[in-house]
Amino acid sequence: MSDPTITLSVTRYRPEQEDEPVFQEYEIPYQDDWVVLDALNYVKDYVDGSVSYRWSCRMGVCGSCGVMVNGVPKLTCSTFLRDYYPGAIRIEPMANFPIVRDLVVDLDDFMEKLTAVKPWIIRDEEKPLSEGEYLQSPDELKEYKQFSMCINCTLCYAACPVYGLEDGFIGPAALALAHRYNLDSRDKGQDERAHVIASSEGIWECTFIGECSVVCPKGVDPAAAIQRTKVATTKDWFKSLVMPKGKSA
Amino acid sequence: MNIPAHDVLIIGGGGAGLRAAVAAAETDPSLNIGLLSKVYPMRSHTVSAEGGLAAVMRDDDSFDSHAYDTIKGSDYLADQDVVETFVQEARDEAVQLEHWGCPWSRDADGHVSVRAFGGMTVKRTLYASDKTGFHMLHALFQTSLKYQQIHRYDEWFVVSLLVDEGRVCGVAALNLHEGGIHAIAAKTVIMCTGGGGRIFPFTTNAAIKTGDGMAMAYRAGCPLKDMEFVQYHPTGLPGTGILMTEASRGEGGYLINSEGDRYLSEYVPGKMELGPRDILSRSFVHEMQAGRVFEGKYGHYVHLDLRHLGEKVIDEKLPFVRELTRNYVGIDPVHEPIPVRPVVHYMMGGVDTDITGKTPLDGLYAAGETACVSLNGANRLGSNSLTECLVFGARAGRNAALEALQRERPLISPLEQMAREEEKRINTRFARSEADGQGKGERMADIRRDLHAAMEEGAGIYRTAEKLTQACQQIAALRERYDGVRVDDRSQVFNTELTAAMEMGFMLDVAETVANAALKRQESRGSHSRSDFESRDDERFLKHSLAHFENGAPPRIEYKPVTITRWQPEERKY
Repeated sequence: MSDPTITLSVTRYRPEQEDEPVFQEYEIPYQDDWVVLDALNYVKDYVDGSVSYRWSCRMGVCGSCGVMVNGVPKLTCSTFLRDYYPGAIRIEPMANFPIVRDLVVDLDDFMEKLTAVKPWIIRDEEKPLSEGEYLQSPDELKEYKQFSMCINCTLCYAACPVYGLEDGFIGPAALALAHRYNLDSRDKGQDERAHVIASSEGIWECTFIGECSVVCPKGVDPAAAIQRTKVATTKDWFKSLVMPKGKSA
Repeated sequence: MNIPAHDVLIIGGGGAGLRAAVAAAETDPSLNIGLLSKVYPMRSHTVSAEGGLAAVMRDDDSFDSHAYDTIKGSDYLADQDVVETFVQEARDEAVQLEHWGCPWSRDADGHVSVRAFGGMTVKRTLYASDKTGFHMLHALFQTSLKYQQIHRYDEWFVVSLLVDEGRVCGVAALNLHEGGIHAIAAKTVIMCTGGGGRIFPFTTNAAIKTGDGMAMAYRAGCPLKDMEFVQYHPTGLPGTGILMTEASRGEGGYLINSEGDRYLSEYVPGKMELGPRDILSRSFVHEMQAGRVFEGKYGHYVHLDLRHLGEKVIDEKLPFVRELTRNYVGIDPVHEPIPVRPVVHYMMGGVDTDITGKTPLDGLYAAGETACVSLNGANRLGSNSLTECLVFGARAGRNAALEALQRERPLISPLEQMAREEEKRINTRFARSEADGQGKGERMADIRRDLHAAMEEGAGIYRTAEKLTQACQQIAALRERYDGVRVDDRSQVFNTELTAAMEMGFMLDVAETVANAALKRQESRGSHSRSDFESRDDERFLKHSLAHFENGAPPRIEYKPVTITRWQPEERKY
C-alpha cells in the first residue's frame, strides 16, 4: 500500500495575480501527529513556496496562526490532521476580515479596537516603586484572570455574526480585555472605558449568540464578559437616575 | 522619497523592545519613537516564556546572593559589574511591571508569589502561573499603547542597518503588506530582535527566531560576543521541541531515567532537579550513553514526572504544561510522566554591548537576547532572561533617548541612496527568473535542513575540534549554495518566501559565528563542552570572544577580558 496522503484545499489570493480568491489543492503526505500548520509548512517547503500564512510559536500562545478550517475558526498549530483524515481539509483566511494575501488577513481594525478600550491600568496616581507592589489577594486575581488569558488570535471576530455585519462593533476580544481591566483591583479606569464600551458600537450590539466563546482556544469566554458588562452598565445607568448628581455609588 | 524620521527607532517588539520604547518615551515625552517589528508585538517570542522572572523581593534574599548565583551559573564568564547592576535594578523593574497590570500569582497576603528555579539558592522567581512571558508581553504591549509618541511599524521586516560615515542612522525595511524597501531615519537605533535558536533543528524557539538583529549588527561592523555559548534546556517535548518549563521542577517535579531512578543524584546531588541547565543537559547525554533512557519515534528521552504533585498543584501552578502535554502528546501529567529531552533554548551570546546597552557601533544599542551585555556568561540561569529584557531594555531605551536628545537628525539623501541600493541588491539576489538561467537554484528547505544537520552534529551539547571544523566547512559551503537559492514568489504583498530567504542569510551568519567561536575556545565552560578539552581553562579563556565580520569569509575571532569585582573564579560544583 502506498503511503497515506491528505488533500488540502487552500485559499490563494495574490492581488497582483488573482482578481478574487480561488482554491488551490495540494496532496501531501499524511502523518497522524501533524497539525494543519505542519501540513502548510510541508507545502511551503516542498511543493509551493509561494503560499503565505502567519505562524510563529507553534504552541498555541502567540496567536498568529488563525484561519478557517472547514469553515470553523481555528489555530493551525493546534488543529490536528487526524481529526479530519481521510477527508480533505479546506483552509481559508479568517472570516469577517479583509484578505491581504492568501491566508493572511488585515488586522488593522482589530488593533484599533484593542487600543480604543484603553487596555492598561488607569489610576490618578501611581505609587512610587520604592513602596513596592499593589497588594492583590488570590481571590481578587481570580476575578479577572480568565479574561487576561486572551492571545489576540481574533478567532472570536471570525466567528462573530455581529462583527460580520457591523464593522463598527468593538468585538469580543477587545470587550473582554476592557472587562479584564475593569475587574482588576489595581485599576480605577472603569469610567474612562465606559463611554467606549457603552457606545452604540459596543456591547449593545452583541446579541449573545456566544460563538466567540465556543471558538476561543484559551477558554476566555468573551460572551460572559460582554454579558457581565451589560449588567454592570445597566446598573450604573439605573443608579444615575436615582442618585443625586456628582455622587457615585 | 518621503522618509519617516524618528529620534529613537527600536527594532523588535518583544519584552526588551517594548520596555525600551516605554523607557524612551518616559525619558522625554517630546521624543518621537519608532517601534518596528516583523510581527505584531504581542506575537513576539517573549510570549512563550513560561517559568518566571527573577528578582530579589523578600527578606530572606539579598543582592549578593542573586549576584553570586548568577555568576556561578555563568561559570564565571559574566561581567560582575553588569550582574551587580542587574540584581539591584531587577526589583524596581518587577514592581513596575506589577504596577502596569501584570497578573502575577499571589500569596494569601496579597504579595507576589515566588518559586524555586534552577541554580537559584532561594525562591526569587516571580511568576504568573506558567505563562509568565505571555502575561509580561501583553502587559507591556498594552501599556505601550497609551504612549501616543510611540509610532508602530507592525509587520515590517528590517533588511539592514543604514550606516553613514561610521554612524548608524536608520534602517532599510520591507513593508510586508505593500512591498518595497523603505528607509527609516533615526538618531539612535536599538536592536531587540531576540535570539536565533532556529539555526538548530530541535529548539524551543519560535519560527521568527532567526538571529536577524545579531546578523545585521554583525554585518554593519559590530562584533558578536560569546556566540559559542548556546543553552540547551533539559526538558523539551521530543519532536516538536515545545518547552516544558523549569518551573515543573521548581514546583517539585522529578527527572527519571528508564531504570526508574532520579538519575541526577549522580551528577548534581546537592541540587538534583534544580541544578543549572547546562549540567542537566549533559547529564542526559551521559544517561543516553549508559543506555538508561527511553527510545521513541523522535529519539531518546527521559521522564519528567509530576504525578506526585497532584492535580491541584498542577492546575494552579502548571496549567500550561498540562494544556500543552494534553494537546501535543496526548498525555495528562496528573496521571502519566512526560517524555522530555534537551532542546536548544537560548543564546548567551549576542551583539556586544556595554552596561548602558550601547554597542561599539556609533548610534546602535541592543538589549535582550539579541544583545550580550555579559549578564549570562557561559550559562544563563532560568528566569534571569525576562528580568534582563526589562532591566537592560529600560537602560538601552533611556540611554538611546538621552543620546538622541544630543544628536542632529541624520542626513536624508544618503539614506535614500542606501535604501535604493538595498532594494536593488534584494531584487537582483532573490527575484531572478528561470529565463536568465539563475532561477533553478535550490529550495530553501534543503539548505535549512543541511544547516540544521551541521549545527546539531558539530555544535551540539558536546563538541570536538574535528566536528566543529567540519561544521565550519559545511556552513561555508552552504553559504555558496545559498547564493543560488530559489525564490518562486514574485508578489510584492506579504511575500514570506522572500523574508524566509533573507532570514536564511541571517541564520548562516549567526551559525558561522557560533561554530567558529566554539572551535577557537579550547576549554569547557558552562554550556560549551569540549570532549577534547574537558576542563575550564581560566588562564587562556577567562575572556569573552568577539566575532568580527569579514565579508565573505569566516569571522575573525578576538578576545577581551571579563570584569571581576568581588567573586574570584572557583570550581563550579553543585
